[in-house]
Amino acid sequence: MAPAIMLAADAPRLSSANTGFMLICSALVMLMTPALAFFYGGMVRVKSTLNMLMMSFISLGIVTILWVLYGFSLAFGNGNSLIGYNADWIGLSDIGLTELWDGYTIPVFVFMVFQLMFAILTPALISGALADRVKFSAWALFVALWATVVYIPVAHWVWASDGWAFKLGVIDFAGGTAVHINAGAAALGVILVIGKRVGFKRDPMRPHSLPLVMLGAGLLWFGWFGFNAGSWLGNDDGVGALMFVNTQVATAAAMLAWLGYEKIRHGACTTLGAASGAVAGLVAITPSGGAVSPLGAIAVGAIAGVACAAAVGLKFRFGYDDSLDVVGVHMVGGILGSLLVGFFATGKGQSTATGVFYGDHSFDQLWKQCAGVFAVLAYSLIASAVLAFLLDKTLGMRVPEDEEISGIDRAEHAETAYDFSGAGGGVAGTAAAAPAAAQTRKVDA
Amino acid sequence: MKLITAVVKPHRLDEIKEALQAFGVHGLTVTEASGYGRQRGHTEVYRGAEYTVDLVPKVRVEVLAEDDDAEQLIEVIVKAARTGKIGDGKVWSLPVETAVRVRTGERGPDAL
Repeated sequence: MAPAIMLAADAPRLSSANTGFMLICSALVMLMTPALAFFYGGMVRVKSTLNMLMMSFISLGIVTILWVLYGFSLAFGNGNSLIGYNADWIGLSDIGLTELWDGYTIPVFVFMVFQLMFAILTPALISGALADRVKFSAWALFVALWATVVYIPVAHWVWASDGWAFKLGVIDFAGGTAVHINAGAAALGVILVIGKRVGFKRDPMRPHSLPLVMLGAGLLWFGWFGFNAGSWLGNDDGVGALMFVNTQVATAAAMLAWLGYEKIRHGACTTLGAASGAVAGLVAITPSGGAVSPLGAIAVGAIAGVACAAAVGLKFRFGYDDSLDVVGVHMVGGILGSLLVGFFATGKGQSTATGVFYGDHSFDQLWKQCAGVFAVLAYSLIASAVLAFLLDKTLGMRVPEDEEISGIDRAEHAETAYDFSGAGGGVAGTAAAAPAAAQTRKVDA
Repeated sequence: MKLITAVVKPHRLDEIKEALQAFGVHGLTVTEASGYGRQRGHTEVYRGAEYTVDLVPKVRVEVLAEDDDAEQLIEVIVKAARTGKIGDGKVWSLPVETAVRVRTGERGPDAL
């Protein structure tokens, strides 16, 4: 998201094409949150499916409201290098409908809603590490607090024109640091505070529906074109199209790499491996896709696929319960993608900065990338752990152990995902339909 | 009377049904079951984590038979269920005190 430096004479004018494109991209990014819900939802056991879906969906509600009230103003207003502020944007109260986002051809409103979808997705990404065990009320509050204290400042650092990382020249096309490292490090911080699921490493915790996981991964892949290509905020110089191509190429390479790795290590190409590899590739190309060539994208994807496939096993070795591998895929993939820019940037994409393998083989960009990665990683890890600690000491982060064992869906949402009692509701269901029981609507299924 | 119970591989169910029908059995009950014998379970791998799945899916077929037919019926089921590979299952029989056809109230062998 480089600010276009233009003379007054050719000041940008509103482009209908770019505006329409960006509205579609915003809708695509919105779809990623329900897609993520299914990707995660299929991976948990039957008894916590609904909770997993709801942890993502609730972000669509909470973050939208706070983004309108103050989030956009603090993230993208002109402030200092750490946080922004714009009084006119509080409550979106004073934004002209045709007022342009500074230096671009799309209205502020369009930029605002596009960024909103990122702010919704990022807290939802964390939820995969917290499966089966977090109180829904505590999670809802965590989402609001985390978006405010962690996401908004980090988005300002990386993407606002006065953010420190942006000014330093850290390349993060669509959110390798602000979205993926941020969410992955936050997940690690929170699970170090709240601990493991009951039965971690002892009980089999198999995905209950791999078809849901594949559906979610497919929709994520689709939505990611909006996430990545849309992050250039227009198509006038072809960089958005380069990003679109690289998104497809890196994801394909990462899926194949993960499948190859597990075929050699474990003897089978699994559906979960295909879905996970695709997501690892999407994560890794997110920061880098505007700076690398398509052949570079193959390298980025392949490296991410193998590295993430190897990284997801670490939780068993070190004993932290990253339930659905948010750390192993998003944090590791985000770090890789962000650092690989420092090697594979050609200087012919989004900027003239080149990586170690191109131009004058300078390590300059790599150091900048390291600074961005380390700062986001450290800040998110610590701030998220502190937030989780405070919530745990006040509200309590975890459901009681017996509710976790019997299933968080019933305890926290008063529902179950699937009716296993057969056609017609089974014996118990028939009794519940009888007039005498109609008052209580009792279902024992 | 005897109750013959067979716990067998699910994909043999159709052969068993056909063989029983050919023998002249008018009714049977089938339930989905899971369990293990010498076959034990199998291993599945999810993102590199190996899980041993102890319980293997099976079907349980239950047939009521007159004493004289029981031995022969067991042979019919065993023949239809057999693949020769480990995990083919078990068949056993138990004495039955009484049986009643709910619609008519008939008892004993008449109820079969």
